[in-house]
Order: sequence, then C-alpha cells, then structure tokens
Amino acid sequence: MTENAVNAADITPNRSRMTVSETDVAIEITNMNKWYGDFHVLRDINLKVMRGERIVICGPSGSGKSTMIRCINRLEEHQKGSIVVDGIELTDDLKKIDEIRREVGMCFQHFNLFPHLTILENCTLAPIWVRKMPKAKAEEIAMHYLERVKIPEQANKYPGQLSGGQQQRVAIARSLCMSPKIMLFDEPTSALDPEMIKEVLDVMVSLAEEGMTMLCVTHEMGFARQVANRVIFMDAGQIVEQNEPEAFFTNPQHERTKLFLSQILH
Amino acid sequence: MTASKLAYVRTDEAPRMPPPVSETGAIGWVRQNLFDSVGNAIMTVVGIALLALILPPAINWLFIDAVWTGTSRDACIVEGAGACWAFVYAKFGQFMYGRYPDPERWRVDLTGLLLIAGLVPAAIPRVPFKRETVLYLLVVFPIAGFILLTGGDVDLSGSFWTGLAILAVLSLAITALICRNAGIAPASPLKIVAAMYLALAAIFAVVSFDFGLRPVETQLWGGLLVTLVVAIVGIVASFPLGILLALGRRSKLPAVKLVSVIFIEFWRGVPLITVLFMSSVMLPLFLPDGVNFDKLLRALIGVALFASAYMAEVVRGGLQAIPKGQYEAADAMGLSFWQGIGLIIMPQALKLVIPGIVNTFIGLFKDTSLVLIIGLFDLLGIVSLNFSDANWASPNTPATGFVFAAFVFWIFCFGMSRYSIYMERRLHRGHAR
Repeated sequence: MTENAVNAADITPNRSRMTVSETDVAIEITNMNKWYGDFHVLRDINLKVMRGERIVICGPSGSGKSTMIRCINRLEEHQKGSIVVDGIELTDDLKKIDEIRREVGMCFQHFNLFPHLTILENCTLAPIWVRKMPKAKAEEIAMHYLERVKIPEQANKYPGQLSGGQQQRVAIARSLCMSPKIMLFDEPTSALDPEMIKEVLDVMVSLAEEGMTMLCVTHEMGFARQVANRVIFMDAGQIVEQNEPEAFFTNPQHERTKLFLSQILH
Repeated sequence: MTASKLAYVRTDEAPRMPPPVSETGAIGWVRQNLFDSVGNAIMTVVGIALLALILPPAINWLFIDAVWTGTSRDACIVEGAGACWAFVYAKFGQFMYGRYPDPERWRVDLTGLLLIAGLVPAAIPRVPFKRETVLYLLVVFPIAGFILLTGGDVDLSGSFWTGLAILAVLSLAITALICRNAGIAPASPLKIVAAMYLALAAIFAVVSFDFGLRPVETQLWGGLLVTLVVAIVGIVASFPLGILLALGRRSKLPAVKLVSVIFIEFWRGVPLITVLFMSSVMLPLFLPDGVNFDKLLRALIGVALFASAYMAEVVRGGLQAIPKGQYEAADAMGLSFWQGIGLIIMPQALKLVIPGIVNTFIGLFKDTSLVLIIGLFDLLGIVSLNFSDANWASPNTPATGFVFAAFVFWIFCFGMSRYSIYMERRLHRGHAR
C-alpha cells in the first residue's frame, strides 16, 4: 500500500464548510447483490449516502470495492436489490442510465483520457454532445476547471504528453465539466508515482471542501482522515465495518479490519 | 591534506573538435550504410552488379530503342526495336474509355474533373469547408457522375413512384408506432424519415429527368473508366458497410452478431471470381422475367459486398486494440452508444488500422481486373483485348501493353499508399510523447 502522501497535519481541514445534508439522500443502495457467473462478488450491500457526504472505501484487493462504486453508474450491472441515485432507480432503462451518468462523474485508476483528443477537447466533449452546450461556452467552462486543477497551460496538448498526475487532474476536470452532483473515484492515485499523488489529492481535498458528494475507493489513509465523513471497510464482497475516520483508524472493531489496518499503517 | 590516488579534478575544459572525415559527409554515409560490415559490403557489390545487369537493357528497351511514333505494326517490327509506345498512343482512347462513343467522351472527362475537384480539397487537411466537400463527394458527385456517364433519363414507371409513396407512408407509420411505444415525442423522428424519403424522391426525380444527354449503356464502358468506377464504388460502399459489420460482430445482441458473422464468413470464404460469376450468370436465373439488372451494377454490388467482409475484419482488429477503459470513460460521461463509437472508439480504431484499410483498398483496386471474366473490359482487359488487333501485332506489343497497364495500376496504388502514410503521420500526434 502506498504511504499516504498528504500528511493530515499539513492542512487544517475546514470542517465548517463541509456541511452534510441530513435529509437529502444522494445514493441509496439496498440489499444489492452481484454475481460474476457463479462467483458472488457483492453480498447484501446496504449504503445510504447523503448529499455532501464524503465516503472513503477501503479494503483488500478483490473485496469488491471498485465493483460496488462501478455499479452506481452502471458500468457494472447488479442482479438483486436496488440502487437509487439522485432519486432515479437504476434499471435496464437506458434513458435512466444516461440520466444518472450525466449527474455522476467518475475518475478511473488509469485515467482513461481519450488519447486522440487534446486536453481541452477531452473536457468539452461531453458538455457539447451530452449537454448540447455551445462550443464556446463548453471551452470557457473547461478552461475554468483546468485552472482549478492548475494545468490551464496544457489545454492544447495531448494526454500522452502529460505526466500521470497531470492526466489524473485532467480526468477530474473532465468530470467536473459536466457539473456532476456526485463524484466517484476508483483508486485515483494507485497508478501514480508518490510525488504525483499529492497533486491529485490536493485537488480532491479542495473538491471535498466545496461540498461535493464523493465516493472514493482509495488507500490514502491521510486523505481519509482529512476529508472523509465516513470510512467503509469491505472484505469478500461485504461491508464489514464503517465508522467516522478517527474512530475507524484508532479503534477498529472487526477482526478483519484490525488485521487490514495493522498491515497498512505501520 | 592527503590526496587519495583516486581523486581527480578537471582544471581546463577539453576542446571541442570536428568529427573525423569517416563519420560525416558522403564518405561517412557510404561507410555507415553500405560497407559497415563484410556481409554488407558483399551485398552492396552484388546489388550494384545486379543493377548494372538489369538497368541498361531495361532502359534501352523502355526508352532508347522504343518506337514512339507510328500508325501500325510496321513501325514496331523493325529489327532491334524496343517497346512499342506507338501502340499505346494509338489505343490510348480505348484504354481510358473502352468503347464509350467518341463524341460523348467529354462526359467521362468531366466526371473525372468533378471527382478531382472534390477529392483534392477533401484530401488536403488545410482546406476549409470539409463538411461541404464531403457532402459534395458523397451526394452531389455520385448523382452528377451517374447522370453524366449513363446519360440519366432513367425510365422509372408510375408503379415505381406509387411503390415509393407506399413505402414512405409505411415507414412513417412504423416510426410513429415505435415512438409511441418507446415514449419519445414522434415529431422529430417523423421529420427525419419524411426528409429522407423526400431526398430519395428528389434524387430519383433528378436521375430520371431527361437532360438531353445521349444514353450510353454500361456495355460500352471500358478501360480505366470501368476500373475506377468499380474500385471507387467498391471502396466507398465497403468502408461504412465494413464498419457496421465489424461492430455487429462484436455486438452483445446474438441476432446481430450471428448475421454479421454469417455475412462475413460467407463473403470471405468465396472467391471473387465465383461472386462475379454468380452475379452475372446465376442471379438472372432467379429473377423474374423482365427484371434485368445492369451487368456492371451487379458486379459493383458483388465487389462491394466482397470487400466489405474484408474491411469488417480489418476494422474489428482495430476495435480489439482499444482498451476497455475507453468504452467505460465514454459510458461514464453519459455519451450514448453511437456517440461513444463515433467520437471515441472509431477514430482511434480506424487510425490504428490505416495500413490494413489501405491494404484492402489496394487489393480491391487490383481485383477489379477480374470483371473481365464476366465480359466487362477494365483497363487490363481492354489492353489485352487489343493484342489481337492484327494491325498492331508485333513481338513487343504485349509487353508494352502490360508495362503500360502495370504502370497505371501502380500509379494509383502508390498514390493511395503514400496518402495513407501521410495520414498516419498526421494522426499520430495523439500518441506522441
């Protein structure tokens, strides 16, 4: 596991700005089950995410954490139970799936930028084609977000010319251009050099401080401590334990959690 | 201070000197490229010897001893004569147009000019109005070319028009029904379908209009004209069809996949000659009396379907090289399936398989000479047909004719090849680091 690059003590989290709505449900997953053939990858998942909540999901590899957040925007299909995102239930209905995907941004471990388009084109593609935004407006918004992730000068380069950290920041900006209500991060720093992890986490922290609803699969425990409202620990396709970060790290209850934490925190 | 024996400090800067003669200039080049090892030196010497052996007689035959002028075989049967270019010169019109009537040949020239007028601005990236150019090439030019080459004035009966009208009404009804079931507002899909039929009707109206051009049956077409018509129609039709088949073969829908696989495997498994024979000999047996497709049209359809199967497999190769993450990113951003394919997947996949696509195009271009076996005379066909002209029979006539045909084919294929390399370089920027 990567050593946490952001030292929790470095930045004083501005918890007052991080407001969590008590009534507004962003995502509600009830009794969700998923199989790959015979293999039961997700077992009886129940999760309620409020607006503005920032959740970090951790667990050993193969525990189903990526699969779970990929179910939220239908990159994976669940077979039993229900997932309601932003008031819309995920079914086979393609229109509803597209509606949800418009409101849910996602960042991948391997960035998945489009190599044949420039950074700017990567960012404007979805607003232009999905939101039917005029090109000039989409570019203005894209530049705004590229400035936010601190790489406006790279706008006309191609993804292959950027470092991994820069690419991941572009990927975040690309998602933000769709002004999503919810952001999913699938191990956004796992493919990065230690030096680049910080630049990506900084962007994610500032996003969290603005009150974005975030679900983040990551092993960056410093990040979890700093911004998460809740840490979820998964193992073998189940949610084993969840708690506030401080309590989760200092006083884990389940044996499996204790073992996991003892291995990643030295 | 006790200095160790290993310690060293540079006190003066080492001078910069020009490289030795053996590394630069012509001598350096020769040493590096031709004589850098014993094996290479031997190869170089053998290569030069071979060139010395082949080139002088070839140049002699092609240019120095060649007969450039003359009106009959008499000029070419002189002792020691080389290539009989007079033959090519005398038959040039036939080689280009076949038996297309002389006074009408300007129509073929005009069609060619119209094609070049569209192709050149489409091929040069810096020229603006790409959308308009493509529209011209794919809609205006084919109609204009068809009318110019055949003379237009297609005989469309009244029953054809009623048929088209009935089809239009049926399609509109089906669209409305689908929209109602899917809960989509029917206005815009209905508009699209109606516009499509209006466009079709307009095209048929133009095609059947009498422009006062003398009709020229395709029986009379020949030479380079037929080669280009078959090749261009084949290329233009097989490309989109191939893309659709490739997507179909990778589709998750079993029916679509099955149809695509059967189609591809059938056409790929059958020799082109068989396809052409079937289209010209067997198809008429199955058609009702009186219904008669043009022979060239049948060959065109056969060639296009044949090439599309190959194209499909080439494109599928490109699709397989696109990482899953690209599909996922497109999905996650809310792009629809076709948006994802058109904006993300295809541009990358097609760029990867440009060599394969051009390979197929070149293969198709050369395969057009097979239409000879169904009685259509393409360039090669008409050249060899003229060997039997008693007026030009000479020992060097066939060789000259073949060299000429080969050269024309080579020009086109080499052009395609160079353009594809240029496009590859141009599109490579995305992966440049």
